[in-house]
Amino acid sequence: MNQLKIKISENIRVSGNYFRLKFRSEQLSKTARPGQFIELKVTDGLEPLLRKPLGIHRIISPNMVEVLYEVIGKGTEALSKRSPGEVLDVIGPLGNGFDLGSRVEGPGSRVLVAGGIGAAPLVFLAQKLRPLSAKPPEGTIDHRPSTLGRPLVLIGAKTKDALLCEKEFKDLGCNVSIVTEDGSKGHKGFVTDLLKKVLNTQYSILNTIYTCGPKSMLKAVAHISTKYRTPCQLLLEEYMACGVGVCLGCPIKVKTQYPCLAGRQAILNTQYQYKMVCKDGPVFRADEVIWE
Amino acid sequence: MNTSVKVGRIRLKNPVIAASGTFGVEYNELVDIESLGAVVAKTITLNAREGNPPPRLVETPAGMLNSIGLENAGLQDFINKKLPAYLKLKVPVIASISAETAGELMELAKRLDKTAVEGIELNLSCPNIRSGTLISQDPKATYEAVRQVKKATEKTVIAKLSPNVTDIRVFAKAAEEGGADAVSLINTFFAMAVDIEKRRPLLGNITGGLSGPPIKPIALKMVWDAFNEVDIPIIGIGGIMTYKDAMEFIICGATAIQVGTANFINPQVTVEIIDGIRQYMTRKNINSLKKLIGSLEVR
Repeated sequence: MNQLKIKISENIRVSGNYFRLKFRSEQLSKTARPGQFIELKVTDGLEPLLRKPLGIHRIISPNMVEVLYEVIGKGTEALSKRSPGEVLDVIGPLGNGFDLGSRVEGPGSRVLVAGGIGAAPLVFLAQKLRPLSAKPPEGTIDHRPSTLGRPLVLIGAKTKDALLCEKEFKDLGCNVSIVTEDGSKGHKGFVTDLLKKVLNTQYSILNTIYTCGPKSMLKAVAHISTKYRTPCQLLLEEYMACGVGVCLGCPIKVKTQYPCLAGRQAILNTQYQYKMVCKDGPVFRADEVIWE
Repeated sequence: MNTSVKVGRIRLKNPVIAASGTFGVEYNELVDIESLGAVVAKTITLNAREGNPPPRLVETPAGMLNSIGLENAGLQDFINKKLPAYLKLKVPVIASISAETAGELMELAKRLDKTAVEGIELNLSCPNIRSGTLISQDPKATYEAVRQVKKATEKTVIAKLSPNVTDIRVFAKAAEEGGADAVSLINTFFAMAVDIEKRRPLLGNITGGLSGPPIKPIALKMVWDAFNEVDIPIIGIGGIMTYKDAMEFIICGATAIQVGTANFINPQVTVEIIDGIRQYMTRKNINSLKKLIGSLEVR
């Protein structure tokens, strides 16, 4: 974790309310892991007062960090008005990233489920997953067709125009499927419907689902992952102040299990505790989160 | 140049203290904690508290509301884990304690008396654990709480006061009469914010406490009032973002100051304030900070 001054290289509208911020930072590009975030002071003044937590979208060489963000409030609105050459104060990288695992898996071992702006940080993940999944086990000859071993990415959006990151995922060699709520592109419906279909058919020996998107979608994905007994990691968002675990302002309810005796039988008793999205997350296992 | 000040028996190498609940060893990677005057640890209670339901934070114009609800792992965890981590960083630590009864406060003070903390701040004013009125909204209860704690410990005792009162002087006086070595003021203001589309409160706890730049002028006036009422040192708190803010408090009578919300915005702010105070003293050709405390010219 560092506090850095960065100079904006680019800050442009991608489409609708979505903007792309680019800046050079050797420290961040070298140390950041997928799923981690930065806390940006978007103005020099008192308004808005707090830093804004934003996920890292991708790292492009040499040392260029990209953040893809949606204008949703005062902070992101102010950020969208900053110009190239201006300097921002950044703290990062923050939080724990995704657990990428270590094994080299078989076909389609990783499924990325993205909803709306949630696609942004999953691109960084895909950047790091690609070599992992594509590499055959040591000492063996890779006979797999070239499409196997690639992460499968399911991108959901309300409409064709709100769709994000399709090209980025494809350029990284991912197998990409599109779902729009209005059917203006790809499958019509919810991305979670497609996830169920996928789990029912071609990818039955899945390793892990990685997902980021609106809370309702995350909840549905978590439910599906439980039903199909597939490990699932969720990247969560929450209002934050400090971003480092000091203020205790971004709690999420998680299950805690401890052994106890019921009569003569030892059972696992489930209770809950608060964990902080900034420090304990922002990635959580789907089976530990309690949805309110 | 001498920036040191004394609060009770604590000698601070400079008057800049990190406020309770806004600072932690987590910041060690970003700021030279050793250079601070002191750190007030997050408030602890005898037993662990899970805190309030989310959302716990709302941003307001130039400020913020919080309703953390004193989430903490309890006294024993503080003694076993949090305190040693601070002491490793070679910074004077002031514990912050809260309880619903004077008996519990005494127990906390008694146990902390045997530790390496430099002092104890009584958080009599957290707005987020409601069971009727706050201790620091009742002069008799304030007096009694301080008196009991003083009996239980030899450590420097600081009473942290609430601004949610009609006349702060009454409460500063009550703390002084109870035997407090110092008072710190102010804690946050009771406050709330509403989502008008859903007609729901924006905080899970419905109400919370307002902090940051919006409360600074009010805090300053309260420090000035208290300074004119009591003889014990005053620690000024409320929306301090820069050395200029800090100097205003010191000139109005604060012996030391605490920085809270500003840590979230700039973790290095405390160190920058210390540098700023030193530069101010050089510019004004003043060699001892003590000369500036309460130096407000009113005629």
